Amino acid sequence: MWAFIVQEILFFGGLFCGYTVYRNLYIDAFTAGSHQLDIFWGGLNTAVLIGSSLTMALAVRCAQKGERNSIVGWLIATIVLGFAFLGVKYIEYSHKWHDNLVPGSSFAWNDPAYLNVAGGQVKIFFSFYFVMTGMHALHMIIGVGIMLWLIAKVRRNQINEHYFTPVEISGLYWHFVDIVWIFLFPLLYLIGRHH
Amino acid sequence: MSDHHIVPLKIYFLIFAALLIGTVITVAIAFVDLGFLNTPVALIIALVKASLVILYFMHVKYSHKLVGLFAFAGFFWLIIMLAMTMQDYYTRGWQEPLPIPFLTQ
Repeated sequence: MWAFIVQEILFFGGLFCGYTVYRNLYIDAFTAGSHQLDIFWGGLNTAVLIGSSLTMALAVRCAQKGERNSIVGWLIATIVLGFAFLGVKYIEYSHKWHDNLVPGSSFAWNDPAYLNVAGGQVKIFFSFYFVMTGMHALHMIIGVGIMLWLIAKVRRNQINEHYFTPVEISGLYWHFVDIVWIFLFPLLYLIGRHH
Repeated sequence: MSDHHIVPLKIYFLIFAALLIGTVITVAIAFVDLGFLNTPVALIIALVKASLVILYFMHVKYSHKLVGLFAFAGFFWLIIMLAMTMQDYYTRGWQEPLPIPFLTQ
């Protein structure tokens, strides 16, 4: 599982690398774009995801002790928090859609505070925003699917204190997705906020 | 991985609290002008938070050293990729392109 996670680090790493290059090229546009994002929703989602990591860790702990009912309970809590995160993401995405900030033919840049910034450069920021958060959200949707599968496995009595590897490695995957967001949040939402 | 080390509940809740506090600090410090240090400070806090998740939630602290080596290698290779890419972009334009005869003829 760690081998998979290491390649996932480099998969997201490629996105972070592209981000770093363009952020250094177009720092003003990235600052302007970042100011369009809502710290409240981003911060709330960070807390929700950290909470879901806690419930996942507790699910693994119950698996180690073979407490089947508690495993299912914590997995359901993790799924609920995962959906809360995706719900907030939906709210944020639809705001961007209505504000014409989704890169494409309807993209329009007319923030009066940042009219000196080229719209095309802000478009690059939002391309990174949607691809990076979109790939992250896709990982979360897959994670929710894995947890539903785990619940079925626990229900079929295939998990006990001697064999809980599926729960353990799914936990590793979920925590990794949490770590990606820990870096995404400051890098996307908090650029140049002190200006 | 399967050494059956059961981490006390208290540790999980302490790490959870530390991660939340780290998030609040990240947001608060983003509004303070630290000059060029704003991004490095944000990244250091994120690294500390990620380390807490890796060591405690992902049990690397309680696992075989090989697991820790794997985790470290992943991030180390990421740093190589970022460093190599940025040294290229930063040094472009430092110098006039060298004359290469077969390209200019």
